Amino acid sequence: MSSVTATAEATTAKVELRAVHKRFGALHVLRGIDLDVRAGEVTVVLGPSGSGKSTLLRTINHLEKVDSGTVGVDGVLVGYRRSGNKLHELREREILKQRTRIGFVFQNFHLFPHLTVLENIVEAPVSALKRPRRDAEAAARKLLERVGLADKAEAYPKQLSGGQQQRVAIARALALEPGLLLFDEPTSALDPELVGEVLDVIRDLAASGTTMIVVTHEIGFAREVADTVVFMDEGRIVEQGPPAEVLDAPRHERTRAFLSKVL
Amino acid sequence: MSATLVKTPSTAPPAEPPPRVVPTRRTGQWAAAAAVLVLLALALVSVVRNEAFQWDVVAEYFTSASVLRGLGLTLWLTALVMALGFVLGTLLAALRLSANPVLRAVSWGYTWFFRSTPILVQLLFWFNIGVLYPQILGVNTVNLLGPVAVAVIGLTLHEAAYAAEVVRGGILSVDRGQIEAAHSLGLGRWRRLTRIVLPQAMRAIVPPAGNMLIGTLKGTSIVSVIAVQDLLYSTQLVYHRTYEIIPLLLVATLWYVAVTSVLGVGQHYVERHYARGTAGAR
Repeated sequence: MSSVTATAEATTAKVELRAVHKRFGALHVLRGIDLDVRAGEVTVVLGPSGSGKSTLLRTINHLEKVDSGTVGVDGVLVGYRRSGNKLHELREREILKQRTRIGFVFQNFHLFPHLTVLENIVEAPVSALKRPRRDAEAAARKLLERVGLADKAEAYPKQLSGGQQQRVAIARALALEPGLLLFDEPTSALDPELVGEVLDVIRDLAASGTTMIVVTHEIGFAREVADTVVFMDEGRIVEQGPPAEVLDAPRHERTRAFLSKVL
Repeated sequence: MSATLVKTPSTAPPAEPPPRVVPTRRTGQWAAAAAVLVLLALALVSVVRNEAFQWDVVAEYFTSASVLRGLGLTLWLTALVMALGFVLGTLLAALRLSANPVLRAVSWGYTWFFRSTPILVQLLFWFNIGVLYPQILGVNTVNLLGPVAVAVIGLTLHEAAYAAEVVRGGILSVDRGQIEAAHSLGLGRWRRLTRIVLPQAMRAIVPPAGNMLIGTLKGTSIVSVIAVQDLLYSTQLVYHRTYEIIPLLLVATLWYVAVTSVLGVGQHYVERHYARGTAGAR
C-alpha cells in the first residue's frame, strides 16, 4: 500500500482551532476551544461523555457548524471564507470538496447497507473525485488488503462482524487519500473481543504518518499511539500534553478523577 | 464443570426412557376449518349452478375486442398515472423536506388540498375546466383537453398527493447517519439522494406504493363518469345495449382480479430486490 501511504505523507495536514464555540439551544457544548495538531501527529481526545469531544471532532469537517471561532486544516478555513472580521459560510459544493481531504470514521460505522463492501469504498472516489471506476476499484482492493479484508469485497456490510465493518469504514475513509483522519469513538460500538483488530489498523495508520485525531475511551491505546493527549471536560480543554504527562502525571484534579474511574 | 459441584445426569442411575411430548388436541380448530370449507363449497356450487350468472356470456365477452381495448386503456392509464404521480410526489416530498419554509408550506398545502377532496369531484372539476378558462394558449380548452387528457391530469394530481406522503415517509425512515456519512465523503446533493437515500427509502416505499398501484388500477374505473372507455366503461357500453349486466360486471371483475394478482407477484420480487444487503436476504 506504499502509493497511498506516500500520498498521505506528502499531503498530511495540520489542524488549528481558535476560540471555537458551539451551542445546541441552551446547551453550551464547546466553550472556547484552542487546539493545535501538527502535521503527521496523532492526537487522542479523552473526556467524560457530554464533555463535547465528539462535537469538537465534527466541527473539524463541518458536520457541525460553529457559532464562533475558526477551524483551519492546512492553513485553510473549514466551512467559511473570511472577509474582514466576518466569516461567510461556504456553498455546500465547496464544503463537500473540503471534506474529501478529511476522512471521518463514525462510532456506528455508517456503511451503506445496500452497497457491497467494494461499492462502499469506491463510491466517494468515483462520484466526488471523478476517478475512473477501474482505478478506484483497484485502489479499493489494495485498501481492503491493508485492513485485512481482501476476501470481503463482494460481501454486504450486514454479513460482516462489527470489527470488520469498522475496518471497511476506515478503508472507505482512506479511499479519498485524506491528509487528516478523524475517528469518533471508533471502538465504542464493538464487542470487547473485536476492539483489538480495529485498534491494530488505526495503529498501523498512525505509523504511516497521516495526521489523526482520535476520540476514544481506550486509555491504553492513547498511551501507546498518541503524540498528544487532550483531556476535555464541560466544553473546555482541561489539559493537554504528551501521554506520559497527561495520563501518568495529570496536573488537574478533574483529569485525575476521570482517569481514576476509567483505568 | 466439576462433578463435585452438580450431580450430572450421567451419574444418575439408568432410569426409564425420557418422557415423550404430546401436543394438545386441537379439536375446535379442526371443526372450525371443516365448517368453513363446507360453507365455501356450498357457495361455489351455488355460483356455478346459478344460471343467472350466465357464465357463457362471461366467456363470450371476456376476450372480446372492445373489452380488451378497455383493459388496455386501464393498464396504460394506471401505469402513466402511477409514474407521473410518483415523479411529482417525489418532487413534493423533496420540497416538504427542504430547508426553505415557503417550499415546505407549498408542498404541505398541495397535499392537504388534493387529499381533502374526493377524486370524483376533482375529475368532474377538470372535466369542466373550460368554463373557467375557455381558451388555453389560444386553443379552445375543450379541444385541447379531451376526456382522456382530463383523466390523466385529474388522476395524476390526486395520486401525487398520496405519493408525496409515501416517499416522504420512506426518506424519513433512512438513518440520519447514512446522510452524515455521505456528507463526510463529499457526495453531492443529487448523488446523496439517488445513490444513498432513495435506494434505502425504497424498502419503506414499496409496500405502500404497491398498495397504491392496486388502488389506482381499480380507481381508474372512476373515469367511466367522464366517458373514457376503460375496462369498466367498455363493459357498461355492452350491457347498456344487451342488459346482460351481471355477466359483464363479472368480466370486468375477473380482469381486475387477474391484473391485481399479477401485480402482487411483481411486488414480491421488487421488495426482494430492495431488501438486498439486509440481514436474512440473499
